[in-house]
Amino acid sequence: MNRPIRVLVAKPGLDGHDRGAKVVARAMRDAGMEVIYTGLRQTPEQIVEAAIQEDVDCVSMSILSGAHNHLFPKVVKLLREKGGEDILVVGGGVIPEEDIPGLKEAGIAEIFTPGTPTGVTIDFITKNIKRN
Amino acid sequence: MDIRAGLSSGSKRAAARLITMIENGDPEAIEIIKENYHKTGKARIIGITGPPGAGKSTVTDKLAKLVRKQGKKAAIIAVDPTSPFSGGAILGDRIRMSDLNTDEGVFIRSMGTRGALGGLSKSVHGAIKVMDIFGYDYIFVETVGVGQSEIDIVKIADTVLMVMVPGLGDDIQAIKAGIMEIGDVFAVNKSDREGAEKTATEIEVMLDLNGMTEYRPPVKNIIAKDNKGVEELWEAIEGHYEYMVSSGNFNKRREKAIETEVLEIFKQNLLDKVMRLQKNTEYLSGLIIKVFKKQMDPYTAALELANILNKEEGK
Repeated sequence: MNRPIRVLVAKPGLDGHDRGAKVVARAMRDAGMEVIYTGLRQTPEQIVEAAIQEDVDCVSMSILSGAHNHLFPKVVKLLREKGGEDILVVGGGVIPEEDIPGLKEAGIAEIFTPGTPTGVTIDFITKNIKRN
Repeated sequence: MDIRAGLSSGSKRAAARLITMIENGDPEAIEIIKENYHKTGKARIIGITGPPGAGKSTVTDKLAKLVRKQGKKAAIIAVDPTSPFSGGAILGDRIRMSDLNTDEGVFIRSMGTRGALGGLSKSVHGAIKVMDIFGYDYIFVETVGVGQSEIDIVKIADTVLMVMVPGLGDDIQAIKAGIMEIGDVFAVNKSDREGAEKTATEIEVMLDLNGMTEYRPPVKNIIAKDNKGVEELWEAIEGHYEYMVSSGNFNKRREKAIETEVLEIFKQNLLDKVMRLQKNTEYLSGLIIKVFKKQMDPYTAALELANILNKEEGK
């Protein structure tokens, strides 16, 4: 069935910088995806509820505040509790190299650090979503 | 995922998946709706429309919070435009509704128009049914930012709320045909801005010219972001509902809505069938070439295309 991939683009935590998230959202739109953008300063609970109601294929989070080790895994955990284990979770932003293995361990499928071409992110999502 | 079991246990995940299936034209979704159709009809459907940036999402957020305070459940369907080029979309109405996300009694769904031109998506009908089956008391349907003629909302909603803002044009805009004719209740949002009274007056004058005697749409000045005037606006919406019920127009409007829906489904099915039948023979592309070469006119070509159905019947 030919259908658009639905992605939730979310900004967890307290930093107010969403230029990057908007650039990624726009690139996803141009790649034919339906992007639900939820705005700044979202709690993991808000992100997960939105992901469930919107029935997205992927949750894509951007964070620049340094709280990724706490917030990203929390989103994965809550998604699993709510029956959203088939939703792909990816993250981006200023994330130190040494934190990436731990985040992947916690269920974040991929981390895209600054300088990643948007095409790489889109390609990853297209190839790794868990539903046909 | 077992959608049927999820539906009866009230799982939001199941409802959300069912809406996705409707959007993607999954025949199984239609079967599930058929089985549950008798449960629909209880929710009140409130359409919210108006030009881009008028504050439709903010108004919707405030109205949903208000009905929640009354202990009612609220669903929101928010439509934003799909790109005609990539088929993608940025659906951003939830930004104004963040604190509703975690409210148990609220369900928000964003939709792209996916090619529809009337300000809605063609799956809105289906999504309304899912939310109705799910027991939401109010379903708010927020259209895309409209221009002058996207009026599909009037075919779906029990009450249409038109959200306007000051400074969009002179009073001639208010007397043009189109969207200004479909409002049951008018809100002039951002009324702390210059020209708000003037805008309200222009709408009032337009309504006077309409010469409605039984029911005259009220015009309310509001500042949605500060929650000012929202309760009065809600009273106006309730007032419209009471008028509709007492005048018998409520049922008439719903019957009209059903007629429109049935005919839409019929047209779509017919079109799908013709397209399926002509696929192998590429009949349509043959006709197009003939019309292009002036060997045929488009009216005859359309009749020829319809003849495919007669041939099918004859078999």
